[in-house]
Amino acid sequence: MTRAPEAVQHYLDQFASVAPTLPGEDVPWLKRSRASAIRRFSDVGFPTPRNEAWKYTRVTPIEKRRFSQPTTAPSVSPDSVERFHLAATDCHRLIFVDGQYAESLSSPGELPDGVVIERLARAIERFPEELASLLDDSGSGNAGCFGALNAAFMQDGAFIHLGKDAVVVDPIHLMFLASGKQNDIVSHPRVVILAERGSHAAIVESYVSLDECVYFNNVRTDIRVGTSACIEHYKLQQESRKAFHVSDLRVHQSAGSAFHSHSISFGGALVRNDIGVALDAEDALCTLNGLFLADGRQHVDYHTRIDHLKPSCTSKEFYKGILSGRARGVFNGVVYVHPGADRTDAQQTNNNLLLSKDAEIDTKPQLEIHADDVKCSHGATVGQLDEDMLFYLRSRGINESAARGLLVYGFARDVVDRIEISAIRNRLADTLLSRLPVDVQVKEIVG
Amino acid sequence: MLKIKNLHVVVDGKEIIRGLNLEVKTGEVHAIMGPNGSGKSTLAYVLAGREGYEVTSGEIVYEGKDLLALSAEERACKGMFLAFQYPVEIPGVNNTYFLKAALNAVRKQRGEPELDAMDFLALVKEKLKVLHMDESLLQRAVNVGFSGGEKKRNEIFQMAIIEPRLAILDETDSGLDIDALKDVADGVNALRSKDRSMIVVTHYQRLLNYIIPDRVHVLDSGRIVKSGGSDLALHLEEEGYLWVRREAASA
Repeated sequence: MTRAPEAVQHYLDQFASVAPTLPGEDVPWLKRSRASAIRRFSDVGFPTPRNEAWKYTRVTPIEKRRFSQPTTAPSVSPDSVERFHLAATDCHRLIFVDGQYAESLSSPGELPDGVVIERLARAIERFPEELASLLDDSGSGNAGCFGALNAAFMQDGAFIHLGKDAVVVDPIHLMFLASGKQNDIVSHPRVVILAERGSHAAIVESYVSLDECVYFNNVRTDIRVGTSACIEHYKLQQESRKAFHVSDLRVHQSAGSAFHSHSISFGGALVRNDIGVALDAEDALCTLNGLFLADGRQHVDYHTRIDHLKPSCTSKEFYKGILSGRARGVFNGVVYVHPGADRTDAQQTNNNLLLSKDAEIDTKPQLEIHADDVKCSHGATVGQLDEDMLFYLRSRGINESAARGLLVYGFARDVVDRIEISAIRNRLADTLLSRLPVDVQVKEIVG
Repeated sequence: MLKIKNLHVVVDGKEIIRGLNLEVKTGEVHAIMGPNGSGKSTLAYVLAGREGYEVTSGEIVYEGKDLLALSAEERACKGMFLAFQYPVEIPGVNNTYFLKAALNAVRKQRGEPELDAMDFLALVKEKLKVLHMDESLLQRAVNVGFSGGEKKRNEIFQMAIIEPRLAILDETDSGLDIDALKDVADGVNALRSKDRSMIVVTHYQRLLNYIIPDRVHVLDSGRIVKSGGSDLALHLEEEGYLWVRREAASA
């Protein structure tokens, strides 16, 4: 037997040593699923630029490092995580430190009847049969390298089950914190959300770090939105500048359901987000809003795909990127209207701002239509600040430097303003001011 | 207040203003009329300090100073205001904080203290009433999702808040229905004073039924070809611009 490339072998060796400690060791289907996933990883290896989906994003920096999965979590004081809470909002909060559940920091709170919010490791023990169809990976051959790694190594995360007509009023906040106590840690968080008929909740996944350390988050989230259910999903990636972050969000929608996604990425050494939504029954609605910022030598990549499988569904996608320094951005958005998906209404927009001559974006909106009577539009722009806007502000006495800053801030704020939860909106507005290259006067103006 | 002498302006290699002379005294309202392409909007932009408009000769003196040496924001701070023909939509920039920043920039230049949030809000509410504007517009992004009429009202609303020394209204009447036109004219008339001058640029006489100018000038091919009192506007409405051209040609 030939030995796998070193980078792949590293994870095979890791698997051999940590597998016995992972949850579900005594759950036969899960054990099988993990074994099948690691085999698949061994077969596919890391993607190269020859793979169309990874054409603009090289993962060699991830391959080169020897990340390892810890089995114990360092202790982190409640004070140090408080700044990552959603201010002024009561939340059902689960906190994970370096991929592991931190019970002392978490507060799941009181839940309405029919609602389960449970850390995944415990959910596997409590609901092994229920989770089998959602987690068993042995049959799927399409999740690729990072999906396979997550399926093999997943250690914890969250299981959220909203029973029929259940409504959770306060946001459910899942916080994944990197402690920075040790470099080269990898975690494979897995989130499963099952929203039954008529249920409604807002779920926030935030990825944060205490220190500027090197680590790797390889995230997988699956959401099933049942008939007439409504899920608002927020993913806030605000990590160490040296962090590696790969995530895959898969959504399946039933008839008359609504799914609203807001994905905000503030950059890292390498950030890759895949989002796939299947509109699999009539009258389903999805909105995908996104904002990404990158500076220095950061790299942020968004790949989204919306499948219109059935008639009369609506999708609205609105993504913006702001790049400066020598940063690199990628937006690849596919809207696929399948045969029979008549009366589809699909809009896709991607606008990008390049603030330096060395920043670069590759944007590729793709619309494929195989049905009749559809209303589809897409467009992408790449550019600098708008001269008309700049003159308008200056003609009102706002000096050039402040006007430029205000326009950069406004460009980003336009996405943030679409967020329903004011605590998240305000939090992000503050972050934008500290992260964007804007004049100090802008802070006074919008403060 | 404003003296323009033998002004020549080139845009994209083409001479648009070709020897324009104009004097506007403090407290006066001047109307500048002219057919499409006569240089009306170019004049408005040159006065407001837009880049890309090259003054090849002539001078503009504003309150005794060389206007052309000032940036757009410096002109605004010194009391100049342009009400845009096509107000610009600025997504993500809130109308209220934009307006507050604009007002405070001008007040700072005048040596006045910045207004606090309470005083600012009181001022804003008072001016909104004059223009029959809904308060909810304040919470929206600048001009985003505004109807054509709302955008024009918003220009005059901004002018009412900022209280400029010299206001230039560029085709403020275009695209307005009669109710909006009256509101806009009321807003403008409320600001007329012996200390403030206005230049009303318009294609049609209609607006001048409501804003009665002290002087009317006809601009054609980048020059003022005829000047007169407010009755000149009425005459133009009846005879059309061809009449002025014929007269100018035979002179």
